[in-house]
Amino acid sequence: MTLAEFFSCSLLAFGAPLAMFALTIANDPVRIIIMIAAAFGWLLSFLVSSLVWYAVVPLRSHLAFGMVFAVIIQEVFRYGMYRLLRKTEAGLKEISENHDIGTNKMEMAYVSGLGFGTMSGAFALVNVLADSVGPGTLGLYNGTEFFFVTSAAMTLCMILLNTFWSIIFFSGLDEKSHIKIVWVVGSHFFVSGLSLLNRNQFYAATILPSYIVLVATAVMAFKSAGGTGKSLMQTLSSGS
Amino acid sequence: MSDTGSDSEASATEHTALMDGHIAEARPDREIAERIARKRKSKSESQRNYGSVERREESGQGDNRDPGPSSSNPGVQMETQVEELELKYGARHVIKLFVPVTLCMLVVVATISSINFYSVKDVYLAYTPFHEESPYAVTKVWNALANSMILLSVIALMTVLLIVLYKKRCYKIIHGWLILSSLMLLFLFSYLYIEEALRAYNIPMDYITLVFVMWNFGVMGMIVIHWKGPLRMQQAYLIFIAALMALVFIKYLPEWTTWAVLAVISIWDLVAVLTPKGPLRILVETAQERNEPIFPALIYSSTVMYCMAAPGVAVGSAGGSGAPVQGAQAAGGENRGGGGGTEGDGEGGFDAAWRARGGSPRRLRVDSTAPAHYTTRLDRPRPPPPPPTDAEDEKGVKLGLGDFIFYSVLVGKASSYGDWNTTLACFVAILIGLCLTLLLLAIFKKALPALPISITFGLIFYFATRCVVKPFADALAAEQVFI
Repeated sequence: MTLAEFFSCSLLAFGAPLAMFALTIANDPVRIIIMIAAAFGWLLSFLVSSLVWYAVVPLRSHLAFGMVFAVIIQEVFRYGMYRLLRKTEAGLKEISENHDIGTNKMEMAYVSGLGFGTMSGAFALVNVLADSVGPGTLGLYNGTEFFFVTSAAMTLCMILLNTFWSIIFFSGLDEKSHIKIVWVVGSHFFVSGLSLLNRNQFYAATILPSYIVLVATAVMAFKSAGGTGKSLMQTLSSGS
Repeated sequence: MSDTGSDSEASATEHTALMDGHIAEARPDREIAERIARKRKSKSESQRNYGSVERREESGQGDNRDPGPSSSNPGVQMETQVEELELKYGARHVIKLFVPVTLCMLVVVATISSINFYSVKDVYLAYTPFHEESPYAVTKVWNALANSMILLSVIALMTVLLIVLYKKRCYKIIHGWLILSSLMLLFLFSYLYIEEALRAYNIPMDYITLVFVMWNFGVMGMIVIHWKGPLRMQQAYLIFIAALMALVFIKYLPEWTTWAVLAVISIWDLVAVLTPKGPLRILVETAQERNEPIFPALIYSSTVMYCMAAPGVAVGSAGGSGAPVQGAQAAGGENRGGGGGTEGDGEGGFDAAWRARGGSPRRLRVDSTAPAHYTTRLDRPRPPPPPPTDAEDEKGVKLGLGDFIFYSVLVGKASSYGDWNTTLACFVAILIGLCLTLLLLAIFKKALPALPISITFGLIFYFATRCVVKPFADALAAEQVFI
């Protein structure tokens, strides 16, 4: 039973990113490297945020404090990834066999966003998943039986959001559009702030708005990457 | 063992020694390498070659690393073509190393999490007499340092022994040692592994089946590693024996000693490869002088290395046209432990010879040579038939088995504490370190030690994640706060 829960939660959270990885990233070595570099960037940002949280001892139990800094530092590192990728764009073209690699400007944004998101999701969920395989079950004595599922659902939301945020962020920086950047940072704060309500198990109040934000961000990212309704229809109907 | 370096087109006959199947081809690549190295473009660093040819230095020119503009100029065309080729194959080779390193780590982590045997400390190696049983941190620290110094001195001793053997051309001894150690790994350690796996999963198996399986597994391994076989199979076996050795290290080294050994070995690797009088550099230069073949047992290669003496034999399963050129490689390896034979040019590889001590039930000694060496070589078909340059050449990437082992030791040890965040962090850190090492290789174009950067990153992230990130991540996950 716990094994079923383990697989269902892990696939819920990581199924879509895994599919995205397999379909778009796995065959191109440069993209894999960028993704791992982005994952490392996220790891660094999380390390810095943890240091901040760890250093301020009295506020350790107030996760809101740690969360605020974590969001800020993540966005800073997202900006750092932007600078790094734009600087080395020409170089990436050289080492890649795929000479179209730099043509779509949002390609690197997507890949680095996915790297960010996957690492963020992995850090959030992996220990929870490992515990879910164990013999116990939540919700009998204490806690809610929806703990694992909601954690997995929120993880998926965060992974996808991170991907879209990177696309919007990069395109906002390219076009010097402040709205996009404000949207990214603002919605990040919004979603993370909402998740603070999870401790009281108001799952409807946290998951639903987060997914609404996810859809809105997805649409925005799609538009930033140059997609239109027409091109979407074309892709879906031609099946390519 | 015959010295194939001396005869130019020696055919592989039944008299050719098993391991002597590789031919050194230094000159054309050296010129190309020099030309490419001289070209200093103003592009950014990441545009440098990843799959670049390492410099080959001939005897007597060991110190002359930058010979200056060469008078021979076969034309810019070939130069650009070669350089383009190398640039083109850059990122692919990084991935070709990522995958086996990841697989090795996966095997080790999976084993540590499921089979309890490898996390339990019952006996220790003879090399680590201080068992860290004291409750005081200070005692443990000096225990760990003392243990790692002992191990390091054993390794250094063995390296020197190896160099002496190599210089005196005692190939038979080296080869014998190599075969003996792979025999032990493939049979004894695999048997122990399968025994513990069966025990952990409570699967009964009769001895007859077991002997049958082990015999086939072991013999296949010996054939594929030391002779010829499908490339994937050889790679799989090499990954498996690297994982086995990593598991041995994780089990038989005391806690703090493991970390101390990792740190000390990285420093040793750095010193041994890069300093002019470093043992591995001496080994490499000697190998270069003699155009010696590599021992495939100690290196993971992403392309096929075949004996290329006879024309028409060059069938590579990996894109085929190139016979591997084995030039001298600057060995970045570190030699560990007792009397492991490394390949002729000290490519670094892992070689373990276990000797069970008489008397005590399971006191074992690990002898191994350290790899920690990475090079890339340009594969070219060997003359006579075609001209040296061939646009279809498949460039291979090589990493010493010891690198695999120590990376896996780090990640396996991290996972043995039960926290998956730490494991993941170490994994990503090591991969990034490997990436950076390859980048540096592309820039400097000479063999580099593969351990220092990755192990440093791995250690930093291990300790940082364990102490600082883990509590934060746990607090966030418990409250379901998502940042």
